[in-house]
Amino acid sequence: MLDGCRNIAVGTASPIPGSAALLMQALTNGASRASILGSNIHNPFNDGGPELFDRAGQGRVDAFFLGGGQIDGEANINLVSTGPYPEPDTRFPGSFGSAYLYFAVPRVILFREEHSRRVFVDKVDFVSAPGWSPPGVHRPGGPHALVTSLCIFMYNKGRHRFRLDGLLPGATLEEVRDNTGFDFDCPDDVGPVVAPEPDRIALIHSRIAGEIAETYPEFARNRLGWKG
Amino acid sequence: MDIPESYISADEIASRIPDGALIGVPKEDGGVAMEITRALVRRKARNLRLLTVPVSSLQADLLIGAGCLSEIETSGVSMGEFGYAPNFRTATQDGTITVRDATCPAIYAELQASEKGAPFQPLRGILGSDVLAHRTDWKVIDNPFAEDGNDPVVLLPAVRPDVALFHARYGDRYGNVWVGPKRECILLAHASAQTFVTVEEIWDGNLMEEERMLAGTIPPVYVDAVAHAERGAWPLSLAGCYDRDGDHLREYVAAAKTADGFTDYLERHVYGKQAAA
Repeated sequence: MLDGCRNIAVGTASPIPGSAALLMQALTNGASRASILGSNIHNPFNDGGPELFDRAGQGRVDAFFLGGGQIDGEANINLVSTGPYPEPDTRFPGSFGSAYLYFAVPRVILFREEHSRRVFVDKVDFVSAPGWSPPGVHRPGGPHALVTSLCIFMYNKGRHRFRLDGLLPGATLEEVRDNTGFDFDCPDDVGPVVAPEPDRIALIHSRIAGEIAETYPEFARNRLGWKG
Repeated sequence: MDIPESYISADEIASRIPDGALIGVPKEDGGVAMEITRALVRRKARNLRLLTVPVSSLQADLLIGAGCLSEIETSGVSMGEFGYAPNFRTATQDGTITVRDATCPAIYAELQASEKGAPFQPLRGILGSDVLAHRTDWKVIDNPFAEDGNDPVVLLPAVRPDVALFHARYGDRYGNVWVGPKRECILLAHASAQTFVTVEEIWDGNLMEEERMLAGTIPPVYVDAVAHAERGAWPLSLAGCYDRDGDHLREYVAAAKTADGFTDYLERHVYGKQAAA
């Protein structure tokens, strides 16, 4: 999913995407460069907060990760609230850079561990950033894939729809259908996602755990067994 | 190093920020003036409007919970690894505060326009979002330079905060403050009508005469008052000096989930103390 990306940027509250970006950096000996927001070491920028957005605007960020309190079948994402706006039922933190980066970065990978009908809805209540734009809108960027705790979907930009691409270990197609509130394309032969090799898993729990701990110590300790 | 004579106290800075002021503040690792934030709560500031550059955490949540804010323009308020921001969530859901939802580069663009004295700054993206739909102060025009004229672009108006407020690593006796790579603080100072700063340490010498420090220094033409506040960003971090206090932030999030817990937090950590002189 990140093959060939020269600059992989990771935003706020994204420990798993951050680990993935650092893993790519390690596996490619730095040919893929990770920039982790909030990191002093793994962030090759020094011109302050606007620099990430300026670089993305120029097309110099190849991949980025976004989440969502709600995500729908057209890849619209909602980071603001459920129910009516501006006095919502549940308020989320806010849109962060999504309304901009979703337009600017060619490969935006949507990442949300919780795979439920609460998250994956037919239509989001608030569009922080739309999954697609009508002709005439300058938009080199957009959704590339959606990764959850059950499966991986790839996004079809022409049809504005997700296609189920693979199931994570232990997950079934029925389970995915039961917990997804939107319609998606499903090939007949959908199989399991190929598991990472043991040496790669070892790398994640050693070097990568130490690198991500600088920015996400709680995550590194609780999920990757970091002992720092 | 002695404290320079021109310096005032954090409480005095808080008293110079009038009710109703629009205050621009950096994000949680950018040098947040927590000592002054607590002083604002102590002086029972009201109807402040906060512009977070571009997001916030404890600072916004504390001011909201203490009833100091009527409005916030932000791209996000969250306690990060420690969970959601309890007072922000409650006040938004109850409608007791006005939220002007934004997106990070739009906030930078509003300040960059102000910094240049220009009426607006254009920005790609944002089109078709509900962020834009609810921001009647943001406009869309067709790019006048496009070949066929059919290229919608969002314009962000200049926003000039009444006060820029942040905590910096160094200040000297000449009125300079050093923020190093935290260039959003420089942007904030350039874009705002007044700038108030707390500094962690006093620099022995003139920051403007040190070549290695020059690029990260804000000269006194932009700075209206400085206070010395050791650990002035606590419990948030100050780059190069100290990390955030995770135990304290965890305690805050747990306390702020109930009204009683939050009141108790204020008694213990805000009202009970005077700011460092």
